[in-house]
Amino acid sequence: MSAPTTTTASSLRRRTDRFGYVFIAPAAICFLAFLAVPIVYALYVSFRREQVVGLGPGAGGRTEVWAGLGNYAAVLADSEFLASALRALVYGLVLVPTMLGLALLFALLLDSRRARLRRLARIAIFLPYAVPAVISSLLWGFLYLPGTSPFHFLAEAVGGGLPDVLSPQLVLLAIANIGIWGGTGFNMVVLYTSLRSVPSELYEAATLDGCSELQTAVRIKVPMILPSLIMTCVFSIIATLQVFAEPMLLRPLTNSISTTWSPLMKIYRDAFTENDIYTASAGSVLVALATFVISFGFLRLVRSQAFAQEER
Amino acid sequence: MTTSTTRAADPAASGPSITRGRPAASSSRSGSGGVGAERPSLVATGVLVLGALYSLIPIVWVLFAASKSADELFSTFTFAPSTFLLENVQDLFAYRDGLFLRWAGNTVLYAVGGALLSTLVSAAAGYGLALFDFRGKKLFFNLILAGVLLPAVILAVPQYLLFAQAGLANTYWAVLLPSILNPYGIYLARIYAGASVPREMIEAARTDGAGELRIFSRFAVPMMMPGLVTVFLFQFVGIWNNYMLPYIMLGDDSLFPITVGLSTLMNQGASQPAMYTTVITGALVSIIPLIALFLLLQKYWQSDLTGGAVKG
Repeated sequence: MSAPTTTTASSLRRRTDRFGYVFIAPAAICFLAFLAVPIVYALYVSFRREQVVGLGPGAGGRTEVWAGLGNYAAVLADSEFLASALRALVYGLVLVPTMLGLALLFALLLDSRRARLRRLARIAIFLPYAVPAVISSLLWGFLYLPGTSPFHFLAEAVGGGLPDVLSPQLVLLAIANIGIWGGTGFNMVVLYTSLRSVPSELYEAATLDGCSELQTAVRIKVPMILPSLIMTCVFSIIATLQVFAEPMLLRPLTNSISTTWSPLMKIYRDAFTENDIYTASAGSVLVALATFVISFGFLRLVRSQAFAQEER
Repeated sequence: MTTSTTRAADPAASGPSITRGRPAASSSRSGSGGVGAERPSLVATGVLVLGALYSLIPIVWVLFAASKSADELFSTFTFAPSTFLLENVQDLFAYRDGLFLRWAGNTVLYAVGGALLSTLVSAAAGYGLALFDFRGKKLFFNLILAGVLLPAVILAVPQYLLFAQAGLANTYWAVLLPSILNPYGIYLARIYAGASVPREMIEAARTDGAGELRIFSRFAVPMMMPGLVTVFLFQFVGIWNNYMLPYIMLGDDSLFPITVGLSTLMNQGASQPAMYTTVITGALVSIIPLIALFLLLQKYWQSDLTGGAVKG
């Protein structure tokens, strides 16, 4: 505190730094109102249940009481919920590797000097990202429906037949295909962008050393864009476990999709058809927890792998 | 990991730099001499063309299908064009006194209005986080990061219940307000602000006596603009793609966005197949402007979207 000038300078600094709060205030308010409060509320409701007081089903005959972990136990013992969770897992296991595999393949081809029509292909493959899931689901729905499908038409024209992809055995693949169609292009652009930030001297040297283009891709390009690949993977996992629009839109076209096909459909039915917000909240919390466990587990797994590679 | 951090430091530049980066990169590559001889590969081109065809099939299909009358839809080959496009569009716009146009207007309000508000809030928060030091900043930023990975499923039911208690369910606010918060947008805006707004310039403006809000709106926002366009597009697609939020929040069909509206028409189609023509025409009419928008704003999608995300 020797020189008075420094005090004024630092007090000016502190005064301006306080403006940081002004700038984050709108975001903080939205965060509280639309994220923090709803989560706390969901947690609270998930531990509550309705109890019938007295005998009649009268309006005043119900009160809310603590349920402990009762709702969670009920959800985990519910075969419909477990079946929907299993479907979401299988769906994710089909969708995420296929979609990201295709996205990576296309990104590498776009980055390759030997492919032609690259600009055109990039635009065409990215285009489905402009189509929201609701609309892509109904378009694919008509492409699946034997009455309107060009594939069935052509197969019959040459005297063959196609399996009905909306049948109970195949409908999961039909739904996964919609996700693959909608997500490949976006992930391709993400991966392609990060491929282009790999310094080209790196693989030019490899080419001079006699590496084939495939070897360069696998040994140099893919490891270099691993961080982007991991993030696209995490975001895809989070999205697939919440699949909702696609099965909802295909439902009018087939009997193969139940009202509880995906976990989110089950939660929706619990909350708004059965009016059981308690079970629905417990279900939401469980799906969110499962998503966290799977995405963080995945991150840990690949991180330990990546570090093992670095040490080598 | 090192590449990801270097890229993270410079994402704001990648928006505009892409346009000059592309020709430069390609010329340096082709100019790098006869390495690998750059023979065009039939396989590589073929795979890209297949990917492009797969991506275009539903979009081409809807063009043809929208030109058919309700009878032709199920009776003629799907890729055979017909002459009913104008009538179908007229029918669509006439459906229940122009309900579809109302849905289109609502969609613009939700997606454009919500994304604009969201971008503004994200920009301010990102600027505050990048250029000010204040207590609780680290905590706030970590909460935002947790929000990025939070699955929306846990929010749907409690958000509805809270909005219902506030008397806001089934209003425009119910869809608009939750759309303002975009943790990933705040995260990106922080990176953009840190990379594109020089601290010295802000200090200089302060010495000149400019107010903090004025510095933000006059200097910081224009400098962050390329990055903010990306934040806007992200949120725009996010809102336009989000089926569950409006589906849960809204009961009155005059408040629906196009996605929820078309899904209700699709459900009616199960009992009256003539409705399918309306659904298909509606799908075509709603994706055309989006595809146009995407083609126009292509370069903003190529900035490094996830590169910056690989830090923690």
